[in-house]
Amino acid sequence: MTTMTAEAVKTEDKRLFYVADEHEHGEGGSTLLGFWLYLMSDCLVFAVLFATYGVLGGSYAAGPSPRDLFDLPLVAVNTSMLLFSSITYGFAVLEMQKNRANTMLLWLFVTMLFGGAFLGIELSEFAHMIHEGATPQRSAFLSSFFTLVGTHGLHVTFGIIWMITLVIQVWKFGLNEANKRRLLCLSMFWHFLDVVWIGVFTFVYLMGVLR
Amino acid sequence: MFENFDLQKAIFGRLTLESIPYHEPILVMTFIGVAIGGAVVLGAITYFKLWGYLWREWFTSVDHKRIGAMYIILGLVMLLRGFADAIMMRAQQAIAFNGNEGYLPAHHFDQIFTAHGVIMIFFVAMPLVTGLMNFVVPLQIGARDVAFPFLNNFSFWMTVAGAMLVMASLFVGEFARTGWLAYPPLSDYAYSPDVGVDYYIWALQVAGVGTLLSGVNLIATIVKMRCPGMTMMRMPVFTWTALCTNILIVAAFPVLTGVLALLSMDRYVGTNFFTNDFGGNPMMYVNLIWIWGHPEVYILVLPVFGVFSEVTATFSGKKLFGYTSMVYATVVITILSYLVWLHHFFTMGSGASVNSFFGITTMIISIPTGAKMFNWLFTMYRGRIRFELPMMWTLAFMLTFVIGGMTGVLLAVPPADFVLHNSLFLIAHFHNVIIGGVVFGSFAGISYWFPKVTGFKLDPFWGKMSFWFWVIGFYFAFMPLYALGLMGVTRRLRVFDDPSLQIWFIIAAFGAFLIALGIGSFLVQLAVSIKNREKLRDLTGDPWNGRTLEWSTSSPPPVYNFAFTPVVYDNDAWWDMKQHGYKRPMEGFKPIHMPSNTGAGIILAGLSAVTAFALIWYIWWLAALGFVALIGTAIGHTFNYHRSFNIPREQIFETERERSQELLQAAGA
Repeated sequence: MTTMTAEAVKTEDKRLFYVADEHEHGEGGSTLLGFWLYLMSDCLVFAVLFATYGVLGGSYAAGPSPRDLFDLPLVAVNTSMLLFSSITYGFAVLEMQKNRANTMLLWLFVTMLFGGAFLGIELSEFAHMIHEGATPQRSAFLSSFFTLVGTHGLHVTFGIIWMITLVIQVWKFGLNEANKRRLLCLSMFWHFLDVVWIGVFTFVYLMGVLR
Repeated sequence: MFENFDLQKAIFGRLTLESIPYHEPILVMTFIGVAIGGAVVLGAITYFKLWGYLWREWFTSVDHKRIGAMYIILGLVMLLRGFADAIMMRAQQAIAFNGNEGYLPAHHFDQIFTAHGVIMIFFVAMPLVTGLMNFVVPLQIGARDVAFPFLNNFSFWMTVAGAMLVMASLFVGEFARTGWLAYPPLSDYAYSPDVGVDYYIWALQVAGVGTLLSGVNLIATIVKMRCPGMTMMRMPVFTWTALCTNILIVAAFPVLTGVLALLSMDRYVGTNFFTNDFGGNPMMYVNLIWIWGHPEVYILVLPVFGVFSEVTATFSGKKLFGYTSMVYATVVITILSYLVWLHHFFTMGSGASVNSFFGITTMIISIPTGAKMFNWLFTMYRGRIRFELPMMWTLAFMLTFVIGGMTGVLLAVPPADFVLHNSLFLIAHFHNVIIGGVVFGSFAGISYWFPKVTGFKLDPFWGKMSFWFWVIGFYFAFMPLYALGLMGVTRRLRVFDDPSLQIWFIIAAFGAFLIALGIGSFLVQLAVSIKNREKLRDLTGDPWNGRTLEWSTSSPPPVYNFAFTPVVYDNDAWWDMKQHGYKRPMEGFKPIHMPSNTGAGIILAGLSAVTAFALIWYIWWLAALGFVALIGTAIGHTFNYHRSFNIPREQIFETERERSQELLQAAGA
């Protein structure tokens, strides 16, 4: 604009400074981006917990160590529960895209079962550890272990509550745009928890037993 | 009260009558003042039957402009509280010499300096910059609202809920006595068993949710909702700084949430993250909180850099000098702000190599900041500068901030920091950059955009009074602290032994008094401006001959902002439109789809505050109830699928016709 000649100004006078023929923008156009941003922020909460575990994970305070506590076969079963639940959620999304509400609900139901199984196994693991005297108060290692794994478990719990809500909403209102968007957000959330769990499984359980 | 002591505990947790500090005259007087003031305000609202109006038009509003205005009102109200703390500290330190204990007992003094820091950062500076971003960004990018209007309302009320918790601590229980970052082990249960730190934790957690969501919201808004033609490198600089700030918010606030959650685990569950025994490590807390804390200062200052960029260009009547370098400087500061956190605790003992790394990264930040400073100077160079109030604040900022920046670089040298760590030199430094930067910038922004918000300008005379009192008061208040810091006086001291220091504290107290006059003048300015609003009225919508899109709308803008989405061809979109003889379209309106107001945000925030209060006082049944209600309400809200409505074209036509008449009237006058 600074080097514009008078002639250029004249031709550019025809610039249209507004959208005359505006099309309706669908609602929720930014939802997936916004949800991604939220997930990244949640990822940072886990980063804090991982970092804390990284620093304090070796501070046993003369208490039990991972080798004494972790039952790897059980954790492997638990991991597979969560991984299967991600696969079944994927099937649910495929059904959603074909607009088949009933089969989608069925897959969501299977996903919830796997998620519930994961939580059940995790809670029994916790109960067992606490029973052995390996409480969150026992050492900094156990504080950071329970908080990291527990926060993940809390996320899974909220994921299941959310899933129940969506099941009711799809059942009542069908697969409308809003519900599809929500199902996709929950899908991202659910897979994200899977990714976090892979980190937990690797850094906490596998490397803990190696240590 | 109760025969059965346990019953009382079950119902009220640790909340007893003793928790009300009725034996402290200062607090009782404050309470009476607040109660009378509150009763007058509430009574007036009731008398003039404004509750319905406030609820429908403001509290439940999802309009980004109204939410922005409410953020700024919150920031200004909390400024009064935070400043009351400041002047109490200044008075105490000015008299506590020669065996005089002053008038503040230690436990009260410690709460005051903690509350001062927390309030000024979280509930003054944050709402002010968030308010400015909320109001301005959608207008600058030619959007009709933010990406998530309901979340915006919810974010605001969560911030209010946090502020309310801090205010409640004044009269019910007490606030933390730990300093504004609540370092453990002092903040652990063993050393701070009472409710102070719990108020701190929950106030910040509740407000933090709001801040984080508003960060997500504004990023999505800027990324997705720019009008046609506005490429990234055509965004106004304020929008750029808002984008970078909100990226910092999303990338930093989760760390605060995380570390405060760990601290509350230590306090509530008895874990050993930051304890001295059982393997805990208090320095872990200090690292984590500064990984949030250092980006936080850039979260505050980047938006005001944007304000200064807008103001300098507008009042110099020129395009901003070095737009591209300004953008890159902002981005570089955003990245570097993550690589400097350790300079807050060089004395921790990380060793020479680690300290050098963080010392050097800290010094490097002064390069992009310096580039910005030169860009503003070159924008002014050969410009037709109008010394209106926003420009005056900008000039005061440029002088003051450079001094603060230089002392900052000095503190970045680890050996120097070993001498100056936690001294009043540090206090002088960060007040120098926060007052000189964020506060001056917020006042520049408020006086610049006030006519856009309200439709009338601020009174210049009282504005100038406020300006001079603030600026001179600032130098009186903080230059002595530099001197004291160099003499080795440390922060947070209540009484002093060396009488030769007293004169410096008296000068500083005088400075604080001048700042009090500055704040008073600002309030008078608001009152006078409202009284003379007809005389100060701006009918054009463009009182400063502005350059960016927000000035193309009426003042205040219609609820839909733009009847037609604008198309831009230049960085200074509105300037470009004016140069090319832009004519407002007066026909062909289409109905505009807008989000509906909702009370869900204020209800959810209220439930959060109740839950937090119950957790602070160990009222477990109420905490559980509040939490379940919170989740239930949130889920209930998702069952509402009808969240928007259409503004009919007749209404748009009517609004735009009125605007045309105003413009004609302005042209005639």
